[in-house]
Amino acid sequence: MTQGALTDPATGGAEARLARPQRRAAWHVARVTEVRPETASAVRLVLDVPTWPGNDAGAHLDVRLTAPDGYQATRSYSVASAGDGTQVVLAVDEVPDGEVSPFLVHDLRPGDQLELHGPLGAFFVWRPGRDTRPVQLIAGGSGVVPLYAMASLHGAASDPTAFRLLYSVRTPQDVFFADELASLSGAATHDGSTLGLDLVWTRRAPDSSPDAVGRLTRQTLAARTIPAADRPLVYVCGPTGFVEAIAGWLQEAGHDAADIRTERFGGTP
Amino acid sequence: MTHLDGNALAGVLAEVFAVDLTDARARCTGCGNVGRLAEAMLYTGAPGLVARCAGCDQVLATVVDSGDRLWLSLTGLSAIELRR
Repeated sequence: MTQGALTDPATGGAEARLARPQRRAAWHVARVTEVRPETASAVRLVLDVPTWPGNDAGAHLDVRLTAPDGYQATRSYSVASAGDGTQVVLAVDEVPDGEVSPFLVHDLRPGDQLELHGPLGAFFVWRPGRDTRPVQLIAGGSGVVPLYAMASLHGAASDPTAFRLLYSVRTPQDVFFADELASLSGAATHDGSTLGLDLVWTRRAPDSSPDAVGRLTRQTLAARTIPAADRPLVYVCGPTGFVEAIAGWLQEAGHDAADIRTERFGGTP
Repeated sequence: MTHLDGNALAGVLAEVFAVDLTDARARCTGCGNVGRLAEAMLYTGAPGLVARCAGCDQVLATVVDSGDRLWLSLTGLSAIELRR
């Protein structure tokens, strides 16, 4: 046996290495360039991260805060921005009595610096061109953030895959990325693909809405998502109880467990 | 208490491993179930992180970060599949 049998000189044996993340996680220093209200309880943070390797749609990052006495607290946030570049957009919902989110929501100002670790997580990621199956996104509350990143990348890439988002949200004032989602769902791309957007109002609906107000039900889920027979890839993100109810109903409706990707957040204080 | 899921392990595991283990399939020593580590139930209330099998509740992994050192146990994983 020769060395040549083990490695292909043309690739230097790269094919024999374990798959590394395309965008390797590392610690970064971010500078806040913009802070603006996203909803009544959330802000949108626009960060400039000169060393950032780019955004995978659906990935998250860890934010680490250090107090003057050295105490550190770390929390995970989904990345709302997608695609190449060193701009990172987060949408942070305030967790009352939280250690990290109240600071990010109320005290952070343009010019401030933040420590970030990321990009993180290859499981809850959508990449264009990988699969021609339709994609169903299902969001509960601020769980829409990584799904918005996927929808926005899908729109920017003019990807022909069918894309739908079912978004369960309290009131019209609680919708994250409202203008961007309206724009993505309204504008057909050159090949006719667009985002199918369905909103479910759990507390109060707009006056124009004919739908009943209330929690997302099994029946609404079945009526307003891509049917299992079409074998969609399904991404579900929201609070733990929401995600587990939805994932259970999807499997009972005939979706294969392997076609359902879930991400839970718990609002850790 | 409520739990998160293995997606939230990505940060701490990225400090240790060059590959993203949360997207790797792994086998539970308790029930033999094979699933992505991202799909495990993650409890954050302990002085650290405890990942349990979504099928049988077996403890798959624990991570304790004390600042100056990190303890990692993968005791409930009998095999991890890392793709090329």
